[in-house]
Amino acid sequence: MGLSGHIIRRLLLVIPMLIGITLITFGVSRLVPSDPLVVIVGEKALDHPDIVEAATRKWGLDRPVHEQYLLYVWNLLHGDMGLSFKTKRPVAEELAQYLPATMELGFCSLVFALAVGLPLGIIAALKSGKWVDHMARLISLLGASSPPFWSGLVLLFLLYYVLQILPGPGRIDTRAMVPENITGLYLVDTLLRGDLEGFLDVVHHLILPSIILGSYTLAHVSRITRSSLLEVLQTDYVRTARSKGLPERSVILAHALRNAFIPTLTVIGLAFAGLMAGAIMTETVFAWPGIGRYAVEAAANLDYPAVMGTTLLIATIYIFVNLIVDILYGIVDPRIREGE
Amino acid sequence: MTAMNTFGRQRRSESPLTKGLRVLFRNPMALAGLAVIVLWSVVAILAPTIAPYDPLVQNISERLQPPSAKHLCGTDELGRDIFSRVLYGARISLPMGLIVVLFAMFLGGTVGALAGFIGGRFDDVVMRLADITLAFPSIVLALAIAAALGPSLKNLLIAMMAVWWPEYARMMRGQVLSVKNNDYIEACRAIGVPSGRTLWRHVVPNTGTPLLVKASLDAGSAILTVAALSFIGLGAVPPTPEWGAMISMGRTKFYQWWMMTFPGLAILTVVLGFNFLGDGLRDALDPRLRGE
Repeated sequence: MGLSGHIIRRLLLVIPMLIGITLITFGVSRLVPSDPLVVIVGEKALDHPDIVEAATRKWGLDRPVHEQYLLYVWNLLHGDMGLSFKTKRPVAEELAQYLPATMELGFCSLVFALAVGLPLGIIAALKSGKWVDHMARLISLLGASSPPFWSGLVLLFLLYYVLQILPGPGRIDTRAMVPENITGLYLVDTLLRGDLEGFLDVVHHLILPSIILGSYTLAHVSRITRSSLLEVLQTDYVRTARSKGLPERSVILAHALRNAFIPTLTVIGLAFAGLMAGAIMTETVFAWPGIGRYAVEAAANLDYPAVMGTTLLIATIYIFVNLIVDILYGIVDPRIREGE
Repeated sequence: MTAMNTFGRQRRSESPLTKGLRVLFRNPMALAGLAVIVLWSVVAILAPTIAPYDPLVQNISERLQPPSAKHLCGTDELGRDIFSRVLYGARISLPMGLIVVLFAMFLGGTVGALAGFIGGRFDDVVMRLADITLAFPSIVLALAIAAALGPSLKNLLIAMMAVWWPEYARMMRGQVLSVKNNDYIEACRAIGVPSGRTLWRHVVPNTGTPLLVKASLDAGSAILTVAALSFIGLGAVPPTPEWGAMISMGRTKFYQWWMMTFPGLAILTVVLGFNFLGDGLRDALDPRLRGE
């Protein structure tokens, strides 16, 4: 199967997945042990007959369940995720407002995880069994074991409260002006405005949450890089490369690493799920105005439309990230395409 | 089997499991992990005996005290002894983590084994459900379900069970599919062994190891998830001495650093223990990772 066939096949697989996740979010919102009306308009609005009637008509609550589901999907396709109980604003609009902050944080933590995790994994594999390897393993186990909401608080306590070398929670200094909303990504917006001071402030605020959010991914990336490089180093073509007298450096760089990175690529896709999940905790601790904190606040307020909207958004992003990884995977490793 | 032993070269060597365990017990990190888990389990069992104070009794006159000889880990804003609360917390976190993982392993394992063995429509339906559930990052879906059901430890447990089984089902199904076509399974069918018996006596025992490794690695993250969801207010409700909820109480009180430090250390050590053990178990049972 050619590359375009591979891509088309992958794209088609996305459709049943999207239908599946809407079935789940629809089903979960019906789990609420009270009237679905409460889920849609909130407890307080039940006294207003006009609101109740409008919601009943819009979401088809007087019709059979399967029609309700179709209406739900119909509304979703029109970008309508319902109104937040708390703010009374459309959930879709609020998510669009909070998403850039999460994207910016997710991107920075991925950069951190790769910049540290890849070299760590490579060194651990090359020095397998030596103390460097044990140290690398310890670091990645610590990264995977510490509760992000706790390590975030500990680092905030030490670096912000005690030593005062890094700023506190939030995306920018509380006294600074919020950059004019161009992309919603503060790193980009401050640069577009030519505000170097603001840019550095944003960078400073990103350091701690990125480290906390990235540490789990770092652990994953370094472990996979280590084990796949170890596996590749035992293959015949690496032995051939060595036996024809190539310098070790080019054996590793040109022959081994290229192939060792293939499994790492999948992990990066999966890591994105970890980042989204971790964002929930990290954003809460760092008062980061992204969709993770939005979901937590919504859950705490039992603001169901907002919770379901965020859940759906995160799952959709996750599906598309995996789609991109799958396609890249097929490009990097033709055997995957052949196997279909 | 015994007949084969008469051939010198076919003599049955050490089983992979025994060999794996032998390797495991020579791994200092895995042993340390096991020791930590055993220690915390003892703490959980003996908490009522060894805790110096009642974890729920408030003593306003001694509120927010730093660690001292009287209160080893200090007191919280209601004057409760944090050391005692941390000890009691083990009675929530350890069982919750274990229940989630054991349930996921048994339900997911059973469903996956049946899906792989029976195939057909059952396989299609169950595995699509698993795929869709896996399309959500587990903590996100657990958060949604827990929020829908309302905050309580029981609902949190239900939410986590609902999202943790699919990975086991998928893994077990793959294992069963790879074992199913072996000659000895064919032989069972040929001599008329009932298929249920074939599945449980001959297929499943040859597929369990990866699930076991996964479970030991997952126990740590299950405990982390319980704490995380309690931290954001969806699991344990006050005054339950749950570690995540305790950290949440201390999060805005940097002056009273002890409030969040000790429950956090408790989570860290337990999870680290499970991860050390799981990592060692994986290395011991998967020879490819040993670099042999």
